Amino acid sequence: MTYRATTMLVALGALVLAGILSVTFGAREIGYADLVAALGGAQDNISQAAVAQRIPRTFLAMLVGAALGLAGAVMQGVTRNPLADPGILGVTSGASLAVVMGIAFFGLSTPGGYIWVAIVGAALAAAIVYAVGSMGRGGATPLKLALAGAAMSAAFSSLVSAILLPRIQVMDSFRFWQIGGVGGATPEKILTALPFLLVGTLMSIAVARGLNSLALGDDLAAGLGERVALTRGVAAVGAVTLCGAATAVAGPIAFVGLVVPHACRLVVGTDHRWLLPLSMVVGAVLLTLADVVGRVVARPSEVDVGIITALIGAPVFIVIVRRMRARAL
Amino acid sequence: MSASPTTRPAPSALRLGRRRRAASRRRAAAVLGLLVLALFAVSLMVGQTFYGPGEVWRVILGQEVPGASFTVGTLRLPRAVLGLVAGAALGMAGVTFQTMLRNPLASPDIIGISAGASAAAVVGIVVLRVDEALVSGLAIVAALATALVIYLLAYRDGVLGTRLILIGIGIAAMLDSVVAYVIVRAAAWDLQVAMRWLTGSLNGATWGVVLPLVLAAVVLMPALLGQARQLELLQHGDDTASALGVRVERTRLTVIVAAVALIAFATAAAGPIAFVAFLAGPIAARIVGAGGSLMVPAALTGSLLVLAADLAGQHLFGTRYPVGVITGVLGAPYLVYLLIRTNRAGGSL
Repeated sequence: MTYRATTMLVALGALVLAGILSVTFGAREIGYADLVAALGGAQDNISQAAVAQRIPRTFLAMLVGAALGLAGAVMQGVTRNPLADPGILGVTSGASLAVVMGIAFFGLSTPGGYIWVAIVGAALAAAIVYAVGSMGRGGATPLKLALAGAAMSAAFSSLVSAILLPRIQVMDSFRFWQIGGVGGATPEKILTALPFLLVGTLMSIAVARGLNSLALGDDLAAGLGERVALTRGVAAVGAVTLCGAATAVAGPIAFVGLVVPHACRLVVGTDHRWLLPLSMVVGAVLLTLADVVGRVVARPSEVDVGIITALIGAPVFIVIVRRMRARAL
Repeated sequence: MSASPTTRPAPSALRLGRRRRAASRRRAAAVLGLLVLALFAVSLMVGQTFYGPGEVWRVILGQEVPGASFTVGTLRLPRAVLGLVAGAALGMAGVTFQTMLRNPLASPDIIGISAGASAAAVVGIVVLRVDEALVSGLAIVAALATALVIYLLAYRDGVLGTRLILIGIGIAAMLDSVVAYVIVRAAAWDLQVAMRWLTGSLNGATWGVVLPLVLAAVVLMPALLGQARQLELLQHGDDTASALGVRVERTRLTVIVAAVALIAFATAAAGPIAFVAFLAGPIAARIVGAGGSLMVPAALTGSLLVLAADLAGQHLFGTRYPVGVITGVLGAPYLVYLLIRTNRAGGSL
């Protein structure tokens, strides 16, 4: 078995472990017997019911984490920008704003509708940030993209506040569209998001080889017979679909898409055919574990997973910036 | 015949033009100042009940006016003063950072210094339960520490402006999530109070909150203005500036400490009012034109933005919006416009 395949297996093992941790730990302590019984479908006491609640939550965390990890890897490949992340570039807050506008002004109320609107919002936000960030000398440098993204997401979340404040008096539902979390998971929510996540994943994986060529630069990639515009378009649509669907079910979550691909690149190198699948698995592990941490640190209440990922992810972002050469910024 | 008047303006014409530009800058600044005064007066007069200028003036002079003494003296005056001074502090500190780092996007609210002050204030109020004067102190220490941490993290064979900004964005993201975390833990809070720390609001204005900020502004703003000329010279590079007689390190240190402290006091009193520090400088530059220090015009523009946004947020809509939501929403389109304009002019960010 090759080194990369072993890595992949280890990551999958970690995912299973994270899943077990996620159904075991939470605001309530649960005994082993109750855990086994609940996994078998029993819901006879509070402990078993708690486990039953945690199962969809765990699946949602895995799906969203995988989507964001993959989307981040694809975005970094497409923009050839090591700082690309759906959260930093304002794509998730754009999706969030679109859903909030849909709810407030167009009577949007079904999770299926949320997803379409979120994808459109994510696409618009990505287009705006990329357009703004790539104007002027030097094209889309990491600095310009990150600044444009930070500024736009600040603006988007102000708009979200402006729309929500007169309508919602409850902190909880307000928070969901500002800071992502997986607390409200239901099987229906997962099933609605699943087809979109699948399509986005397929599109992203399909261009893995193309992203390898793009890494050489547009001219060289074209010389190698790669259809640059097509590859880039498919990859962008795939990544945006993933971000939009993930935001529609879990709110805006930052830094997963940044941290995961960088960590994976250290292990399997820059070949996107390995990088993309591994980023999915590691993204799922990271978000699931972050969610467990969020449930455990603040007992008996919970900390949204979006807060935990920012606390883990921002230092990694800083390390990456420090390691970049001055000219590359 | 190289010195013919048509190809090269005579020295007197040059001086005349310079004088004319300076006069027009002064005129523009004076107009800004009058606008700020007018808005300040309006925010004292307008509200649930209208009080005329005469009544308001008598309240300010300390006379007892039935009804107005409480409404204007206790409710509206601290709020208006907070808007005035916080806006000026944010505007002046913002343009200082933008000038020093030579980047219009490098304002303290984007590179994490406001977030540091905000996080400390929230922790101080919710977790440590300290009183208001101490909150300002905490906010200052935290903002200075944040600035220092960003500076140290950005240090690698010298500090690079771009690296500093990016690291600031990362630090800001972390500190914002600390604020969010504390607010989540304090579940008993209502949304309005939480909004003060998420986007900034003048709702908490009492004299106890406002006075530390006013005192800080009285001390720090002249200190910053005293360095304005040296800061201008620093823009030409450290070597040129020191050849022209600027004590580079001392100027930079004074400017950073004063600007960070202004941000910290303003944030401790009103929360991180979105985009004011960021927008005041560029707007002021558009109004008064280039070719001189922007500190005073930017301070006036900051006051103008906060007072106008608070008036709009309080009275224009069915819901009372905190001032930070209004400035945030207004800031978005202006930001895009600014980015496009800067980029089209060929300037690299």
